[in-house]
Amino acid sequence: MSLASYTARRIALGLVQVLAVVTLVFLLVQALPGDAAVALAGDNPDPARIAQIRAAMGLDRPAPERFVEWLVGLPRLDFGVSLVSGRPVADFLSGGIGPTLVLAALTLVLLVPISVLVGVLAALREGSLLDRALTSISVALHSIPEFALAVVLIAVFGVQLAWLPPTAVGADLFAQPAVLVLPLVVLLARPICSISRLVRAGMVDALASDYVRHARRLGIGETRVRFAHALPNALAPAVQQVARTTDWLLGGVIVVEAVFVIPGLGTVLVDAVAARDLPVIQGLAVVFAVTTVAVNLLADLVAFRLAPRAEVVA
Amino acid sequence: MSLNRRGFLGLTGLTVVTLAGCGTPTGPAAAPRTGGRLRAAFAGGGAKEVLDPHLANLFVEAARSKAMFDKLADLGNDVSPQPRLAEKWEPNADLTRWRITLRQAKFHDGRPVRAQDVLASYARILDPNRAFRAKSSLALIDLPNSRAVDDRTVEFALKRPFSEFPNALAAFGAYIVPEGAEDFAKPVGSGAFSFVSFEPGRSVLLKRNPDYWEGAPLLDELEFVIANEESARTNALLGGQVEYAHDLTPTTARSHASGDRMAIHRSPNSAVQAFAMKLDRPPFDNRDLREALFLLADRPQLVESVLAGSGQVGNDLFGKDYQHYAGDIPQRQRDLDKAKFLIRKAGAEGLVVKLDTSTAAAGMVEAATVFADQAKGSGLTIEVVQGNKDSYWADTLKNGSLSSFRSGAMPIETHIAQRLLKGAGTNVTKWNRPEFDALYEKAVSTSDQGAREAAYREMQQVLHAEGGYLMWGFADWIVGAKPNVGGISTAPANTLDWARFDKVWLG
Repeated sequence: MSLASYTARRIALGLVQVLAVVTLVFLLVQALPGDAAVALAGDNPDPARIAQIRAAMGLDRPAPERFVEWLVGLPRLDFGVSLVSGRPVADFLSGGIGPTLVLAALTLVLLVPISVLVGVLAALREGSLLDRALTSISVALHSIPEFALAVVLIAVFGVQLAWLPPTAVGADLFAQPAVLVLPLVVLLARPICSISRLVRAGMVDALASDYVRHARRLGIGETRVRFAHALPNALAPAVQQVARTTDWLLGGVIVVEAVFVIPGLGTVLVDAVAARDLPVIQGLAVVFAVTTVAVNLLADLVAFRLAPRAEVVA
Repeated sequence: MSLNRRGFLGLTGLTVVTLAGCGTPTGPAAAPRTGGRLRAAFAGGGAKEVLDPHLANLFVEAARSKAMFDKLADLGNDVSPQPRLAEKWEPNADLTRWRITLRQAKFHDGRPVRAQDVLASYARILDPNRAFRAKSSLALIDLPNSRAVDDRTVEFALKRPFSEFPNALAAFGAYIVPEGAEDFAKPVGSGAFSFVSFEPGRSVLLKRNPDYWEGAPLLDELEFVIANEESARTNALLGGQVEYAHDLTPTTARSHASGDRMAIHRSPNSAVQAFAMKLDRPPFDNRDLREALFLLADRPQLVESVLAGSGQVGNDLFGKDYQHYAGDIPQRQRDLDKAKFLIRKAGAEGLVVKLDTSTAAAGMVEAATVFADQAKGSGLTIEVVQGNKDSYWADTLKNGSLSSFRSGAMPIETHIAQRLLKGAGTNVTKWNRPEFDALYEKAVSTSDQGAREAAYREMQQVLHAEGGYLMWGFADWIVGAKPNVGGISTAPANTLDWARFDKVWLG
């Protein structure tokens, strides 16, 4: 099978997966207690008023009918209209995707070079003081949950020392890039550890492998052996982890968004679920499912280019 | 040791001197001054956020609506109606027709506020195909028979005599919008601030309305920003990113009350904290058991632990110190022996009662847990059950027999009408007494002040003795601000002066 037909098959499979995710999300939201009318009525749950809200939202029509109607619009990229505010779902998605993309892109731009550099350094000096120091720091950082790190960083650098803004409240992320520093540190902390560990392990394996020994016997320069022959193979397992991290970032890291007040996709999701705003939740499910499928496909293709294996093409 | 101690004392002295030195010029004691932009952080609701004042539901929406729009009346510090866009109101003798004279006010686009705008706003709220929050309060207006006498006089016809009609004019969300307004992308109101820009889920920017009928605000600009987490609002305030942080917890207030980075403003009597017993089903259809629960509650302990002391004890009656409140009914105290006796008398010894609660409002789960602990040793076991927060109020209206309850400020008459009459929409305690309904009818249909007060007192007496609400406390509403922000009122939440920014200044 060629790379092109492999890609086509994966995309077709991806479409089925997206559809399955959206259906599952619809069923799960139906299973939650209360609907959008109940959530909106809040502490004033007069049954007569809830019935009126339900009618005004069109929730008095059968759920499958509303779902099918929403699905029909999907191929035209019509995500429907928010039940609660009446604004198009596309507005919510485009509003939330900006901050999420900025954070994800900046995190990846910093993450990949730093973690590869750290991993390679540790592998080349395997067993040295540097290797052990990097390992200890990685393991320690990796064991701190995001919210805990965020709270400590805000308390120290945001509030006590006042070096950096503690939150991004009301800020334009491009006009005031300082608000992104602390969130980026929090988002980078754990992925740097996991990816640099994978790069290190891959590099250590590669440097000890037969083909590297063979390359050295052929008299190829050490730098070329390390970076042209060993490194690409060492990166292949890390690519999968970068893909998982990308997926995690594009889903909107809810904890980081909440603590730093960044109105990304995670915040949109939390608000939509609390409001039982089904069209918005479904729109988000499509976005998340599409990014997961796309990122994983891309990662598989990149991994294949880095270290071609027979079974992918066969 | 002694060296360290001396050093410590010296340092403290220095800090006090420094504080005193820099506190004076920027302190709130400085006289009101104009100018500047105040940024106020509120919790928001993302998808739910709208600028249509009739759809207002969240605190941030209420505060924004109040800045841009006016009602005919609004609630004063004692939660009684005060004239706003209405200059005065005059009922006829049988309280079925009310003549309202409007103030000379202008919308932000320069058009005058006319009687037609008032009628159109109310018609929009009362539209049978829509579900605005103020609808139930305004439902007694007979709109087809109401009319604009002239541009500044409206005559409302009511479906029944109603002495508390001004309460309806002050109802949550009963704002006056220009006739025909439907698109609120760029809202036009008559309020102290006019619209500049809106980014849903992020911020709303408003500017001073120099022609405001009550005098132009002191601030040049007012920006509402959204931060859902209380810790984020606190951090943004401490980090100088906002000057005002709405709705902080008692714990935050306690830890920053003595510091110099944040001023704490408390609005007493803002949110009643309670447990609701349902009278239409066992076990609380038994009056003795209800009284036993009243006597089991250790109110000072609940206020101290759940509200971290930021509140006052309640006496099982709504609206402490509000207009018509029966403050002379003696305060109930914990009496474990009498409670045990009543539980035995009701044959409820060994009974396990489920107490439904959720995180739908701050402190409810904690209060339920503390109360369950206070009931230990009484013969009755209270088992705390935590439910889904998003559907909590609708769930507990129908199900269970005992649940956590909380309510913001509203007139006592509104509380009774919405929650304690036969057929009331949110009658969570299922209180249903024809003689009580008759007392209410008497209170709202008489123009005799003395008879009205007597009826209110009698209703509260019976509720105190055998009602279904165990109202154990009133929480302060807590707002944090930069120490240089002046003019923040401590009126109860939901009243006119709460979250009101036209009287606020930056020192």
